[in-house]
Amino acid sequence: MAMPQRLPILLFALVMAAVPFIPGVPPFWIVLLDNIGLSALVAMGLVLLTGVGGLTSFGQAAFCGFGAYTTAVLTTTYGLSPWLTLPLSLLVAGCAAVVLGLVTVRLSGHYLPLGTIAWGIGLFYLFSKLEFLGRNDGISAIPPLSIGSLKMLDPGTIYFAIWIAVLLSALLTINLLDSRTGRAIRALRRGHIAAEAFGVHTPHAKLLVFIYAAVLAGLSGWLYAHFVRAANPTPFGAQAGIEYLFIAVVGGAGYVWGGVLGAAIVVVLKEVLQSYLPYVFGGQGQLETIVFGILLVVLLQLAPTGVWPWLMARLPQRSDRKRPDTSLTLPARARAATAPAVLLQIDNARKQFGGVIAVNDVSFDVQAREIVALIGPNGAGKSTTFNLVTGVLTASGGKISVLGQSIDNAPPQEIVKLGISRTFQHVKLVPDMTVLENVALGAHQRGHAGAIASMLRLDRADEAKLLAEAARQIERVGLGDQINQLAGSLSLGQQRIVEIARALCVDPILLLLDEPAAGLRHMEKQQLAALLRQLRDGGMSVLLVEHDMGFVMDLADRIVVLDFGTKIAEGTPAAIKTNPDVIKAYLGAVA
Amino acid sequence: MLFLVQDGITNGAIYALLGLALVLVFAVTRVILIPQGEFVTYGALTYASLASGQFPGTAKLAVAMGVVAFGLDMFAGRKALHGKLVARAILINLVLPAIAFGLTSWFSGRQGGIAVNIALSLLIVASIGLFLYRIAFQPIAHTSVLVLLIASVGCHLAMQGFGLVFFGAEGQRGPPLSNEAFAFGALRFTGQSIAVYAITIAFIAALWLFFGFTLTGKALRATAVNRLGARLVGIRTTLAGQIAFLMAASIGAISGILIVPITTLYYDTGFLIGLKGFVAAIIGGLVSYPLTAIAALVVGIVEAFSSFYASDYKEVIVFFLILPVLVLRSLAVPAVEEEKD
Repeated sequence: MAMPQRLPILLFALVMAAVPFIPGVPPFWIVLLDNIGLSALVAMGLVLLTGVGGLTSFGQAAFCGFGAYTTAVLTTTYGLSPWLTLPLSLLVAGCAAVVLGLVTVRLSGHYLPLGTIAWGIGLFYLFSKLEFLGRNDGISAIPPLSIGSLKMLDPGTIYFAIWIAVLLSALLTINLLDSRTGRAIRALRRGHIAAEAFGVHTPHAKLLVFIYAAVLAGLSGWLYAHFVRAANPTPFGAQAGIEYLFIAVVGGAGYVWGGVLGAAIVVVLKEVLQSYLPYVFGGQGQLETIVFGILLVVLLQLAPTGVWPWLMARLPQRSDRKRPDTSLTLPARARAATAPAVLLQIDNARKQFGGVIAVNDVSFDVQAREIVALIGPNGAGKSTTFNLVTGVLTASGGKISVLGQSIDNAPPQEIVKLGISRTFQHVKLVPDMTVLENVALGAHQRGHAGAIASMLRLDRADEAKLLAEAARQIERVGLGDQINQLAGSLSLGQQRIVEIARALCVDPILLLLDEPAAGLRHMEKQQLAALLRQLRDGGMSVLLVEHDMGFVMDLADRIVVLDFGTKIAEGTPAAIKTNPDVIKAYLGAVA
Repeated sequence: MLFLVQDGITNGAIYALLGLALVLVFAVTRVILIPQGEFVTYGALTYASLASGQFPGTAKLAVAMGVVAFGLDMFAGRKALHGKLVARAILINLVLPAIAFGLTSWFSGRQGGIAVNIALSLLIVASIGLFLYRIAFQPIAHTSVLVLLIASVGCHLAMQGFGLVFFGAEGQRGPPLSNEAFAFGALRFTGQSIAVYAITIAFIAALWLFFGFTLTGKALRATAVNRLGARLVGIRTTLAGQIAFLMAASIGAISGILIVPITTLYYDTGFLIGLKGFVAAIIGGLVSYPLTAIAALVVGIVEAFSSFYASDYKEVIVFFLILPVLVLRSLAVPAVEEEKD
């Protein structure tokens, strides 16, 4: 799938390289393009952070400040070469991101943007008060970038440095998103639970995008300092931070090229407003802020996803992606040499939420090669039991062990390593990722390529195996025809099946299915039952929660019945069907 | 030392008022109200303009926004226009700001007295608040907190720009509510600072009573938790949003009127003041009124002390105050996140 995507980028790069040589291009346009490039770098980071990762930051301008001031101080006070300060600028921005990220990244929802506003403003004041940063006046006479005797003094030469940085960053970012790490990042926005259930360390992934965005901002700051050859606090304040987010949203916060497009739109628009508004309305200042603010609100009301996706929807769709080569295989998950007979042992498990006892001293086990069904009326504690087993919730009491090993307090990422994988009652797929990408997330912990390898495309061997495994599991559950469709476009029943394929990618010994048959048609249910039987006969065990009694009675080897958090019966389907307690729980007391 | 505490409490009380307004708006509409600071500026400078006999531009803005809001109301209701709806739209969107405009032009240059000026400023800013919700937020009320937040930033930019147009770049001060002053031991209390305390306490009590004990207050809270659910049980969620913005704008305007006699306000001062209210609101977790009020007092006192001992780093300290709070909150993040989509 590499070439077709690379071609437009190459064309774009050629066009950008040719622009300064077109006779008659006003020098002022080049300045604008420089500014667009600088903003695009920051916006690209925000695309990854906000649009893809779901972490909103109003503080990116401060990271530009770190980059700019680092090089400003080192080149003026200590006379270092600008090229030497580049890695240092990026390092300082990255380290600042680690410190601030550790604090903010774990916050949920609106705390994060608010926190970023607060430290964004705090850092702005810090820049403007520190003596060695020149206080409000900043630092001037920063040396220009130079290669040999070529000094990048005018906007036309630094143009190349800026746009090479933009294009390289775009390539690296796109590579990152199309990888094992990228899938983990793209899963973040849909909440932690699904990603963690397949071994993603979500705090790490969030910190990673936070640092990545900060480093891009630092790069922009470094270029900016050598472009205007001065650094003062104003361009790194709250207003600028707000503007960068605006750029990302205008362009399309979920798309790398949306960041570039947004930068172009906003920079040009600002320029036009600043130069023409005073003529229209007389010389009063700040009119462009008014128009700017109003446009922002109008845009959000009309096109909340930004201009880039709107534009792409109008272009002809490119042909289908290539299917992965399914002949490649992943090494099997490491497992004990001799599988004991009891896979899962639950002893007096208990979960209390305040005064409510959701799971009340429940005990049962799942043997090897067995399909166990967990049934009970709504609110009986079935899903809570699942969450206890998979480490989403910590039990208030009792003991749960897998293969004889206690898993009390183990996080979901550890439990999935033991070979327990699950699906969710409320489907947790990433709707704007393809079926293949969603399922490949299931194999996350069986791959090992990191972020940097992914950016440099050193992960391809690893990646091909992961995708091959995902494709095999998709074929296995019978969704081969939908492999390249977006998960959000499938029916709810099919999405549940995709979740099963994702769970199978773990190479599990025990599959936990939460209402897998809900939303399926009769034929599909029969196919699902056949698949589950086949999995059991292949050596896997299945624990499933299901309300469709016909399906359960037909399929399960053993049934556990919960009611109000307590186990009221356990036995073969035939025994459960006639158990008076079960009938009472489902139908009420017999008069 | 004591005078620093006193100074801090006076400022803190203002931050508390703003923090309360922010919590109120967030709780009802999920909008993080960045333009809260502009309500402060508008209130303060409208009041100061009236006191110095000038016609405040905010009155024109109120009329203009009313016309836009009327247009939106008519457009939104075009399928089912009936007399009552049109009458209500005309009354709120056109008549209300027109009255404010008329009274303002009548009184400007006539020196109507402090009470009249306060009433007019409140009327103008409150209607701007109401229309702001109608125009900017009501059409996107169902979207995510992030979209609302960015729209909120857009409103802030536009309103701050209008502030510069209306009031110019110079700062203004207004006349105090009362010139009384008395000494208590080493401390000197002005009538103004007493008014600040009294009004803050009154508002906290009123909000607590309103949300805890009235049907409207409970309906507003229900809207915050689940818009669809609230609509299904017959709560008009758009009305709830409008009420919240009306109240927030009024609180902002009152805060402005309370501080403009104490400090010189510029068209962009409100932003910083509002943000300090934010720091308090965040410390209060955007849900708790009493906690927000206490946090605001802490912010005020920290600010007073840092401006005395390290005046250069005053803002740095205040805004970084939030970080330890965020750390504590992040340690207390619950294991299970709510389902979000």
